[in-house]
Amino acid sequence: MKPIALLVAVFSLTPLLAAQERPYFVTYSHEMEEPGNLELEMFNAAGRPPGGNLFFGSNIEFEYGVTAWWTSEFYLDGQSTLNDSTIFTGFRWENRVRPLMREHWINPVLYAEFEDTSADKALREVVGHDGVPDFSDRNAVARRDKEREMELKLILGSNYRGWNISENIIAEKNLSNDPWEFGYAWAVSRPLRLAASAHKCTFCAERFQAGLEMYGGLGDRHSFGLNQTSHYVGPSINWTAPNGTTLSFSPQFGLNDYSIPHLYRFGVSYEIEQFLSYFHRGGDR
Amino acid sequence: MMRRIPLLLLFCALLARGAADGSWMAHVPAKDHDKTNPFQGQTTAIEAGRNVFLEHCAKCHGENAQGTKKRPALRSERVQQRATPGDLHWLLLNGNMKKGMPSWAKLPDPQLWQVISYLKSIHE
Repeated sequence: MKPIALLVAVFSLTPLLAAQERPYFVTYSHEMEEPGNLELEMFNAAGRPPGGNLFFGSNIEFEYGVTAWWTSEFYLDGQSTLNDSTIFTGFRWENRVRPLMREHWINPVLYAEFEDTSADKALREVVGHDGVPDFSDRNAVARRDKEREMELKLILGSNYRGWNISENIIAEKNLSNDPWEFGYAWAVSRPLRLAASAHKCTFCAERFQAGLEMYGGLGDRHSFGLNQTSHYVGPSINWTAPNGTTLSFSPQFGLNDYSIPHLYRFGVSYEIEQFLSYFHRGGDR
Repeated sequence: MMRRIPLLLLFCALLARGAADGSWMAHVPAKDHDKTNPFQGQTTAIEAGRNVFLEHCAKCHGENAQGTKKRPALRSERVQQRATPGDLHWLLLNGNMKKGMPSWAKLPDPQLWQVISYLKSIHE
């Protein structure tokens, strides 16, 4: 009960907050966390592989803006599978660095992540030959397969007339002897209204963003291509409340027999501005 | 080498102070400098800009743009008089990342101009 009470306290005590999240679940945009801000996020994916059990994969994320050009993020992962078990599946730590200090037509961001997971079903990225067989084993069997991996991404992002277009190129290496695996993700989105309203509002159009997201695997170093890879596409939408809480939802569809037919993704995020100032005596609150 | 470190630190401090003093304005291209605010003179844009400001900027720059311990006031002569709306638009779009000012390109262009409408209205 204590963690819930703590969350309620944080949500109720924190004053007006900023958040302008893109409605993406897998794709990263080039936009960084503002320096000093801490964003708490929870992203979930639910689906049922053919012949398997309904699963619910989840991440809790802590995203911190170290500087205006460097964002660091820590994840805790878990999953629950119907007729099986609920388990903690591991952690990830990622860093994103923006090498160019100004806004360009295409803005690159370099991403590096270390993850230590097993039996993960949160589907935060799809690489290599990830697909339905990964979701068929029982948790007790699947968690024996430890995935200590390093993941690199090249994130490219553009903003044009209110549209955001983001592309990710993914390379992942299991730190054992497995080959490099590759994947991709891209997404577009736009607020439903570009200008802000003169009055304070909760459900006005500029608080909603809608878009489309697609991602999938590209095989590995020995078998690069689309053979035995899974791919997903789906519309996505989010809404940001005046207090900075963002709710996101996306139904996604597997594009071939190697993909899970339907995924339902939803997330909630909350940004605490200038997080460290809450620990400074007489700080700027 | 050790004797050069204080000089190097002094140089870095002067460089940082220069950036905080608005040296970013020297980097604004002429075409951006000359941009005009499409919401110029619209009172609803000022009100909308204040809402956006409160939501995204006030935590660092103060609720009334008076500045905070670590971040500059936006009621300064530099922002109010010397910087054109186009200069401020360029700054919001690109940020001054080495000095801690993030890019606000994530906000749609009309909202950036609305914030500028609000900022330019403060002294009136």
